[in-house]
Amino acid sequence: MTRLSEKELRIAVLAIVGFAAVATIPLFDDGYYLSLSVNIALYAVLCTAWTLFSGPTHYISLATAAFFGIGTYTVGLGIDVLPFPVLLVIAAIASGLLAGLVGVATLRLSGVYFVIFTLGLAELVRQVVTWLQTNFTNGVGLYVFTDMGEKHIFWMLLALAAVVYVTGWLINRSRLGFAMRIIGNDELVARHVGIDVARAKVILFVVSGAFIGVTGAILAPRFAYVEPPSAFNPVISFQVVIMALLGGTGRLWAPLLGVIPFTILFDQISSRFPNHTSLLIGVAFMAIVYFLPRGVSGLIEDLRKVRGDFGSAAKAKEAVR
Amino acid sequence: MDILITGTVLGGTYALIALGLTLQYGVARIMNLANGENLVLACFCAFWLYSTASINPVLGIVLIAPGAFVLNWLIYDFAMKPLVNRAKNRGQLEVDSILATFGLMFIMQGVMLLVFGGGYYSYNFLSEPVQILGENYGLNRIVALIAAAVIALGLYVFLYRTRYGTAIRAVSVNPSSASLVAINVERASAFAFALGGALTAAAGALLSTFYTFNSSMGVIFTMKALIIVIMGGVGDVRGAVLAALLLGLTETAVASLIDPGLTLAATYTLFILVLLFRPQGIFGRQEA
Amino acid sequence: MSSRSLLSVETVRKAFGGLVAVNDVDFSVKESELIGLIGPNGSGKTTMMNLISGALKPTSGTIRLDGEVISGMPAHQIARRGVARTFQLVRILPSLSAIENVIAGAVFGHVRAWGDDAYREAEVLLDRVGLGRRGGAPTGSMTYIDQKRLELARALASNPRLLLLDEWLAGLNPSELKIGIELIRDLREDGRTIIMVEHVMDAIRSLCDRCVVMSSGVKIADGSVHEVLSRPEVVTAYLGADDA
Repeated sequence: MTRLSEKELRIAVLAIVGFAAVATIPLFDDGYYLSLSVNIALYAVLCTAWTLFSGPTHYISLATAAFFGIGTYTVGLGIDVLPFPVLLVIAAIASGLLAGLVGVATLRLSGVYFVIFTLGLAELVRQVVTWLQTNFTNGVGLYVFTDMGEKHIFWMLLALAAVVYVTGWLINRSRLGFAMRIIGNDELVARHVGIDVARAKVILFVVSGAFIGVTGAILAPRFAYVEPPSAFNPVISFQVVIMALLGGTGRLWAPLLGVIPFTILFDQISSRFPNHTSLLIGVAFMAIVYFLPRGVSGLIEDLRKVRGDFGSAAKAKEAVR
Repeated sequence: MDILITGTVLGGTYALIALGLTLQYGVARIMNLANGENLVLACFCAFWLYSTASINPVLGIVLIAPGAFVLNWLIYDFAMKPLVNRAKNRGQLEVDSILATFGLMFIMQGVMLLVFGGGYYSYNFLSEPVQILGENYGLNRIVALIAAAVIALGLYVFLYRTRYGTAIRAVSVNPSSASLVAINVERASAFAFALGGALTAAAGALLSTFYTFNSSMGVIFTMKALIIVIMGGVGDVRGAVLAALLLGLTETAVASLIDPGLTLAATYTLFILVLLFRPQGIFGRQEA
Repeated sequence: MSSRSLLSVETVRKAFGGLVAVNDVDFSVKESELIGLIGPNGSGKTTMMNLISGALKPTSGTIRLDGEVISGMPAHQIARRGVARTFQLVRILPSLSAIENVIAGAVFGHVRAWGDDAYREAEVLLDRVGLGRRGGAPTGSMTYIDQKRLELARALASNPRLLLLDEWLAGLNPSELKIGIELIRDLREDGRTIIMVEHVMDAIRSLCDRCVVMSSGVKIADGSVHEVLSRPEVVTAYLGADDA
């Protein structure tokens, strides 16, 4: 379980080539398509980080906006004082810490408690931040002036995506990943073979939250002006859930299958029919639950299985002849 | 004193929403996250009835609640039943119903946004002051509180003093045993879901008489109602009422003593305390 | 050394609301001893097992493993101190292969292994329970006895100091039963300490050194198998119930 298999090597090479190819996008366009690519990269990171935790545990986290906003705010507050890379680390620590606190309070309990708690978390943090700012500082908005453009943000997101994928892959091969598979199968058995179920869940939630925080920090220069309602916009949480579930949560790469089509669709709908975004989100949720409960990747696997069964049945027939 | 009365009025409304939700979750096993939209829809209906036909919103409940009952019955029948039948275990139903009702929440919100826009609405109804112990309160608030108390009492009598109410409580304790004693679990679930929707709609009609509402505020109410349900213990009527009053009072106290922007922080503080110390609810018993 | 008690249960009580499922029970298990925990249905045997393994916490009383108090600890802590169990209704991890099911028992428990070591040990154990060369098999299609074997291998994978078998022989047909009894006899000869809850009296007679009898949550007898089974109060407890 320590050396790379041939298959893993092939995937690694393919992934590197793929990343390198995608990284050249800013060389060809710095307008609409680059901005769309930033959005896709953004949601790819968020959804994959979300799936690290929510995939194996089946807990639906709506805390994305809270972690994201904390990251954005860290940069907003510190950009004039500290270098950007340091702020990224602080963003990771701050959002990881919040994830740890939320996890310790709620992850011992059933999924419903967790969903409810995370549902209001972004709003809670927003209220607290607004309150702190209005009472203890001289204004609510923060300016983020940097010399970073869309392409820099894009490259940083790509690098972060690579880190998230490698982390996810490492977790899957580790004891923690194995523990999560057992927990996903049967929590009672997991406890009785010696797994600290709550701790495993909290660790994953912290990792996932920290990545989302860093994503928010990277995006801060794009906003230029940061204020609570835009930084802690709850819609991000819902979009991430939809895209990740649309793609599927069983595999590391699966969310990508939801991110690409949905980001493009959402972009089109929100620019042409800005009043219909709620409806779109609603219909997307319904469609996933009723028609694609295991996401696009689940559908692909099912189709493959059907074809496989069919194939082997045909072979068996031939063998009989 | 001011805090006490304003908090109780707010708590009374919360109680009705939470009772609606606890019926839906405790009996029908559906965590209905679209319940807040149901409330907002009722606000708009009451507003519309009052402004077009000048129907008194308290009497409007007679129209709104049955309407919500039918609507929620249909929602249960068409949208939730397939999930109930599909689910292999309670955990899966939980995840599915959360996602489906999220969808419902956004759809209802989207439709209301299209029809009414994103602006704030309110109307004047019984806004003359009444004096209680030397202080002035809006008559509409007092009427709303009384109406809420009457409805909650009615629900209590129904659940604990009638045959069908007992059957519904039996389903909430254990659906498979309930079906063994010839209770039609599917119908009882649909009924409880619909009744929960009707209660919430009644709360909405009352709320609209003294509260400024808009199309997208539903989710905050859903969240508060969920927190109340958990604080009170799932399926526990008395617990929900007590928790609702507690939350109403705490929020009002924080809003008037510290900062109105921190009401949610107050809610969360209560929530965390309950999760850490009494996750089974205020009146709940330790593991069964 | 063989007289040292590995597990001691001291006036342990478990109440569910008003119902007392285990009522101030005392007993102890010596190292390398195989004891049977028997009694009619609903007498509190499985609750007792759940209390020892940490699935439930006792209302009062103490459970010690080798002198250390384990009652009140969460289940995973107890597992790490060397208590492994099987479940009354088999609990296989369905999406894991057979060998992964066994490795699951080895990675987080009392004696920990990971990687190639864990894999090799798991293969040996599969062989031992009679599932040799079936490691890659999907567990969903296994027969009932094979699932039971797999569960036993998982419990053994952590090399536990105390093994709890909760009706492990229940539901097996006569020839499977013979194989099952032989397997447990093997474990006993290795010197493993075992508590088995069982309704199959033949197995109790042929395997156990000693047995503890419970009825309505109370311990009513504790002693050598022959002696205990002929006591009048044990006979009444069984005849009063509908199965024996």
